[in-house]
Amino acid sequence: MNGSILHKHASHLRRRSVFPIINGIAMILLVFITMYPVLNTIAISFNDGTDAVRGGIGLWPRQFSMKSYETIFADEIIYNAFFITIARTTIQTVLNVVLTSMLAYALSRREYVLRKLITTMFVLTMYVNAGLIPNYLLIQRTLGLGKSFWVYIVPTMLSCFNMIITRTYILSLPDALVESARIDGAGDIYLFWKVIFPLCMPVLATVALFVAVGAWNSWFDTHLYNASKVHLHTLQYLLKLKLATTTNQANAILTSVDAASSTTNTTPITIRAAITVISAAPIVVIYPFLQRYFVVGLNVGSVKG
Amino acid sequence: MRKKNIQSVVLSNNKEIQYRVVPFRKRLWMQRQLMLMSVPMLLYILLFNYFPVWGWITAFMNYNPAKPLFSNEWVGIENFVWLFSKPEFIRAIRNTFAMAAINLVFGFVFPIALALFLNEIRSRKFKRSVQTVTYLPHFLSWVIVVGIAQTILASDGAVNRLLLSLGIIHDPIFFLGEGKYFWWLVGGINLWKECGWNSIIYLAAMAAIDPALYEAADMDGAGRFKKMFHITLPGIKSTFVVLLVMNIGYLMEAGFEIQYLMGQNIVMDWSQTVDIFALKYGITKGQYSRAIAAGIFKSVVSIVLMLSANYTAKRLNEDTLL
Repeated sequence: MNGSILHKHASHLRRRSVFPIINGIAMILLVFITMYPVLNTIAISFNDGTDAVRGGIGLWPRQFSMKSYETIFADEIIYNAFFITIARTTIQTVLNVVLTSMLAYALSRREYVLRKLITTMFVLTMYVNAGLIPNYLLIQRTLGLGKSFWVYIVPTMLSCFNMIITRTYILSLPDALVESARIDGAGDIYLFWKVIFPLCMPVLATVALFVAVGAWNSWFDTHLYNASKVHLHTLQYLLKLKLATTTNQANAILTSVDAASSTTNTTPITIRAAITVISAAPIVVIYPFLQRYFVVGLNVGSVKG
Repeated sequence: MRKKNIQSVVLSNNKEIQYRVVPFRKRLWMQRQLMLMSVPMLLYILLFNYFPVWGWITAFMNYNPAKPLFSNEWVGIENFVWLFSKPEFIRAIRNTFAMAAINLVFGFVFPIALALFLNEIRSRKFKRSVQTVTYLPHFLSWVIVVGIAQTILASDGAVNRLLLSLGIIHDPIFFLGEGKYFWWLVGGINLWKECGWNSIIYLAAMAAIDPALYEAADMDGAGRFKKMFHITLPGIKSTFVVLLVMNIGYLMEAGFEIQYLMGQNIVMDWSQTVDIFALKYGITKGQYSRAIAAGIFKSVVSIVLMLSANYTAKRLNEDTLL
């Protein structure tokens, strides 16, 4: 009897043993599909421009050349775009973290008389969306924020979702912390800044990560409000402009009878690839170090979310 | 005579307790620091999230931003009539729903499959590496993703070369230049970008399944796939149902950036969504009233979808509780 169970178990092991191999191959294939387009773009960015037009570049440049990067970094505009992007990312992240946690603290205090009203108003913003044009009219016409750096900062200072995950985190901290400090006569602002804020670091790291990635990746506000202000262009917007020009050229190639004649105009392909790499590089480089934060943050959000 | 602000409550054992009620105004004053930390933010969202809704009334006018609001001419629902008589707008609604539906289906099937596969990997290191790689595209901007997509989907790009070498096609396909591919490209690119990220929540749900269930199944001689179908999938069912119901509320949200960046004029009939329609008529052509009317239509449909989704979610929760 014992023997037959063991035998049965052993036959199972034998029968199932191909699955891990198939699974492993499937996962490696998935990793390949995910990475190939990225590596391909990197390879093209390091390839000679005229040669790249022939197509067929795989994971490695065919004719190695730094020309595209040299061209991009020879233009002052890229440094300015870097500066603007870093400035907006930093300011937006710091403001979001401070304001979000402050509000989350106030709304976590059960005795606060306005707690219910303000929480409801914030949660309702997930349903109330006036739409693109009314928001544009508010920012551009009513507030006159267009054509200025502040259009990157002012409309993006708070996010309801981040506030809720931070508040959930604060509610999970022991009440005694606040109570004992209050008996010692601490006011709420002091209490928040000295006691709660330092304790919120794990969740605020996640909030900071989400905000910073969003800020770094945004281009639409530049497109809508600052397109005419070259010195306020962000990195992603520069890339967007390059996408548009190369697309138009591709259209021209498509529609022209003699496609071969237009092959002289081709460095845009490698330039586009190079700007793609430059604007993605900071995220790709920092990302592995931040991975544990977003996983922690998502778990916090899902506890009571 | 009763003293001011003293209230009493009678407990079940007939004892009466008296307590002092702090007047509302005094409580506000005591909580002034909390107010300082929250009322400015309330004003902020009133301005940025609620005040623009006031702009909706201009959808019933022939609005010119240069004039004072109420000196514009009222036109009733004329702008809405104009919208629905315009085939371009009807197509925009169709495109929005189609792409949102494709994203919805892809966004469930593939991340769940990926989570199931990842869950079967024994080597922690290998699992982590696959996760790290597949989460990465989530953090890339749409501009970067569209840039990469244009590169590999070009007529001499990697996808065409693969299909040619496999003999599936004989001439390169102009993926980005033909409308019939557009919805599926958006679906596929979204999948590439978000599949790994969306699998996180299912992996978390799978991690919460009691290991004793698997051990018991082992004892009964259940194979890997039996365990998948009878333990793992039922284990993530509640997560799946909640997410499904919530996502139905987003059926008007097909995304915006990818269509805007990738949709060229030749594929506009298939790529233009309601948002892009509103942007085009509002900001490029200056027909604010019509654009706002389009936005209102979208918002109202979204709210109705979300409320019914929430209602369904509540009903389902009650059912599972019973």
